[in-house]
Amino acid sequence: MSNDARGTTALSLAALVGLWVIAALLTADAQILPAPWDLVAPFVQELRSGALLHHLGATLGRVAAAFVLAMGIGVALGLLMGRSARADRWLDPWLVVFLNLPALVVIVLCYLWIGLTEVAAILAVSLNKIPNVATLLREGARALSPDLDAMARVYAMPARTRLRHVILPQLAPYVAGAARSGVALIWKIVLVVEFLGRSNGIGFQIHMYFQLFDVAMVLVYALSFIAVMLAVEWRVLQPWEARVRRWRTA
Amino acid sequence: MARVATMGGARAALAHGMTDVAIRAKAFGGTPVLGPVAFSIAAGEVVAILGPSGIGKSTLLRIVAGIDRDYEGEVTRPDRLAMVFQEPVLLPWRSARDNLRLVHPGLSESDAEAALDRVGLGDKAAAFPGQLSLGQQRRLALARAFAGRPELLILDEPFVSLDAATAEAMLALTESLIAEARPATLLVTHSETEAARLATRILRLSGRPATLAGDATPGQGGTNETGEGHGRA
Repeated sequence: MSNDARGTTALSLAALVGLWVIAALLTADAQILPAPWDLVAPFVQELRSGALLHHLGATLGRVAAAFVLAMGIGVALGLLMGRSARADRWLDPWLVVFLNLPALVVIVLCYLWIGLTEVAAILAVSLNKIPNVATLLREGARALSPDLDAMARVYAMPARTRLRHVILPQLAPYVAGAARSGVALIWKIVLVVEFLGRSNGIGFQIHMYFQLFDVAMVLVYALSFIAVMLAVEWRVLQPWEARVRRWRTA
Repeated sequence: MARVATMGGARAALAHGMTDVAIRAKAFGGTPVLGPVAFSIAAGEVVAILGPSGIGKSTLLRIVAGIDRDYEGEVTRPDRLAMVFQEPVLLPWRSARDNLRLVHPGLSESDAEAALDRVGLGDKAAAFPGQLSLGQQRRLALARAFAGRPELLILDEPFVSLDAATAEAMLALTESLIAEARPATLLVTHSETEAARLATRILRLSGRPATLAGDATPGQGGTNETGEGHGRA
């Protein structure tokens, strides 16, 4: 990112905080909308007690598990459907059903059928994301180059080499897109899952402070997790994407 | 070489890495493209297939290469295949060196460098294909084809869309690489001069559905293989 672009990002974020400050001053009621500096004390208190890190860790673990599961199954399904017209005909109606199934229904059904367990929570989140990943990757698989396919076949490239060096690099933009929108969607659904049926995590804490009508604490937990997800985006996803795209700009 | 053009004769020769093509028919969605087409290529032999565009030359090549498996007939080919396509068909996300080593896992780093050196790309080992000119990409594709010591080499109009000087350089390079490695070679082209220069035998594809119409052997008198295509049809 150039210095100019960094400056714009910083300015844009500052404007958002400015808007918050103005809204807080106009509300003039810390019970309803506390100003940014009113959150510092509760933030430090939660950090010191270890509660913030404990719940942050629990949520992050669920996000990671659901992400790996959803990406793994979604990429495999999308690849299968994009490559085989027969598989596509069979699986497409399922995809449409699951794409249109509200997240809340999947979550409630998973909890009812499996019980209020970790497995149910992660499964519910994954099920919400898999059809999305599969749809994106199906487009990618349909766009695979038939020329490279022919080349790999003529030279009898082993299946693993072919997948890693011929197929996956072609799918990389689609995988990156699915991962990007995946992380955003998954952490939102994880919070709902925690809200409804877990006894730790950011969603559980928000549920608790919602019942106590503690807006400051709700904001502390929500903003902390947003900060973590931004760090993941900047420190993990963007560098990875830049590395994968290196050949385009070389 | 006095070889009788029968299936039995061709089969016996297969033990020595022969390529034997015996296509009865090929159609695309009910439209016949190829009729009976039969020929063999011995090691060291260069067979050129000439014919107007759209006649089915590339279709024939794709069947011989095993890319297209939806046809009537039989093709027997050796294990080690190489093909140079009309486009370079490289992995744009891997370096020139890796483009050789991923396709030929047995190739050592120094083998790859030597193969690149042979086509004049010795200083481009770390470059991505996108950083090479079209002529260089074509030479990389050629290096990839020869790096696997192919028993059967298939060339699908490898010199199209190159300017005259680059095409001539590629042609000379291909000629010397074939002379060194002596694979059985099948070349498709629409250029009589290319065919005359590289081929030991020329087959012509014509008609609809296309069949082999004639057979000339440039440079080395007559052989008893003239009309082989008809003989086996």
